[in-house]
Amino acid sequence: MAAMAAFFKKLGANRYALPVLLAVGFVLSLVIPQYGLLNGYVQFVLIMIGINIILSASLNLVNGYMGEFSVGHAGFMSLGAYASAVLTVKLLPDLPDAFFFLPVIVGGLVAALAGFLLALLSFKTRGDYLAIITLAFLMIVKSALENIPYVGGPRGMLGIPKLTTMAWAFFWVVVTIWVLRNLLYSKFGRAIAAIREDEIAANSMGVRVREAKILAFSVSAFFAGVAGALLAHLLVFINPSSFDILKSTEMLVMVYLGGIGSLAGSILGAVIYTLLSNWLQDFGTWRMVIMPLILVLLMLFRPKGIMGFRELPWFLPKREARRKDS
Amino acid sequence: MSALLEVRNVSRHFGGLKAISECGFSVTEGHAHGIIGPNGAGKTTLFNLITGIYKPTSGEIVFAGDRLDGLRPSRIALKGIGRTFQNIRLFKQLTVLENVRIAYDSQLHYSPLEALLTLPRMGRNEAESIAKSSALLEAFGLGALSESLAGDLPYGLQRKLEIARAIALNPRLLLLDEPAAGLNSGETAALTEFLRWVRTEYKVTLLLIEHHMHLVMGLCDRITVLDFGQKIAEGTPEEIRGNKRVIEAYLGADEE
Repeated sequence: MAAMAAFFKKLGANRYALPVLLAVGFVLSLVIPQYGLLNGYVQFVLIMIGINIILSASLNLVNGYMGEFSVGHAGFMSLGAYASAVLTVKLLPDLPDAFFFLPVIVGGLVAALAGFLLALLSFKTRGDYLAIITLAFLMIVKSALENIPYVGGPRGMLGIPKLTTMAWAFFWVVVTIWVLRNLLYSKFGRAIAAIREDEIAANSMGVRVREAKILAFSVSAFFAGVAGALLAHLLVFINPSSFDILKSTEMLVMVYLGGIGSLAGSILGAVIYTLLSNWLQDFGTWRMVIMPLILVLLMLFRPKGIMGFRELPWFLPKREARRKDS
Repeated sequence: MSALLEVRNVSRHFGGLKAISECGFSVTEGHAHGIIGPNGAGKTTLFNLITGIYKPTSGEIVFAGDRLDGLRPSRIALKGIGRTFQNIRLFKQLTVLENVRIAYDSQLHYSPLEALLTLPRMGRNEAESIAKSSALLEAFGLGALSESLAGDLPYGLQRKLEIARAIALNPRLLLLDEPAAGLNSGETAALTEFLRWVRTEYKVTLLLIEHHMHLVMGLCDRITVLDFGQKIAEGTPEEIRGNKRVIEAYLGADEE
């Protein structure tokens, strides 16, 4: 066990390990489906892990790093899913597969716009009140989608092309983690952390609190939208109730399991959660007992999650990693 | 010498309570200006009005020729007013260096997009911020602790870090809310020297609330005395020491 920990520490500190792993991962994500190296179910689970990593990392920005409590991320996700599906099903049905990034980005932008507006309107609210506003937002999005015949109303959208491949999922995971890392280790990331620690002190130290909150919500919503778009083009079918409060709860479990305020934790949480929930499928209804129980135990014994506010050197920019070494 | 800060006829009511009523004074550039008064006299409320945490019910606050009342706290901070808090408000879970960097960040120039894509200008700005913030911590004698969590520092050093953080804003005016609270007399004497050094080294005007009379009398060029939200006296330390109303406010009037 100790030898393994030492191995991982060494691996984490090695500057070449990450690019090499990324390159190998990307090649694998292309090769595996091409030659059918893994069966379809395993490939599906791997893509779900990727989508869940994007979700937990994006939610972690608001709930972990900024210390707010959003339960509305399924709403951002559904906006991304629907916006991208409208593009690929209705507006651009002949889009070549290589341009799949386009509907995904549009999905992300639609979700980001919603995040921007939500942050703008709820800027003064904190804590429980913000949680309630995000819950209301989630319900509004769901009932709005149920009442728009153009996107299928409560029956949802069918016949979405299956464009989400392992390679695309891998690509978007890397983009998400990279962008979030850049943001977190910038003055905007420090502003977000300062707001979490003490909003009044942050304000008095020249932190533009309003702008920082809006930025955090928009970026977070963007990636939730991206994950929604990827999910829509994986399942090829979406309806409004796929994005309800349970979906938000799943994200919360991933974030608080893996660790708040940590990118490594977001990844870990998503991996453990996805594997566990697939394994628990065999247990039928017991799944709904075991999952919440895990959450309760987690909150009691490890409220910050496995990685809580700790980070692997891989997820630090070079200048920060170098400084921490010396 | 001109007035850097002018508080003109400012009042602040909380419901029926007049926390500050028609208070006015001015702080001369380069001075150390003390604010004293019994508990509940409205001293901290006055600081919160100057820094924008509260808005005045009436009156004006003018800093270097600009109106401050109605501005957001962050705007006021960026105009050149740094502050510390009576109950230390550091970013406890962040490192000592990060605490200072957050205040220094207002002087960095790059957009959110440049940050998200980690463009070159961001890298240069960040490197500069690390260098300048580290230098500031060295000057404050906190260099060796820069990677410790702020909340783990002993009390006295937390107070010092809070001043360093305020100085990182590069302010013209520094508001100190009871900097000597919780210090013994030896530490208070050292703090007096330290504040003198801060004042000359960073060319900053000081406005401080304090109960330790040794510190106030030894450091301040001018003193304003508040009682029940009103200014009851103003003058040099010598004038204040002999002022009858001040003595009454602190010790109670003789009943004759």
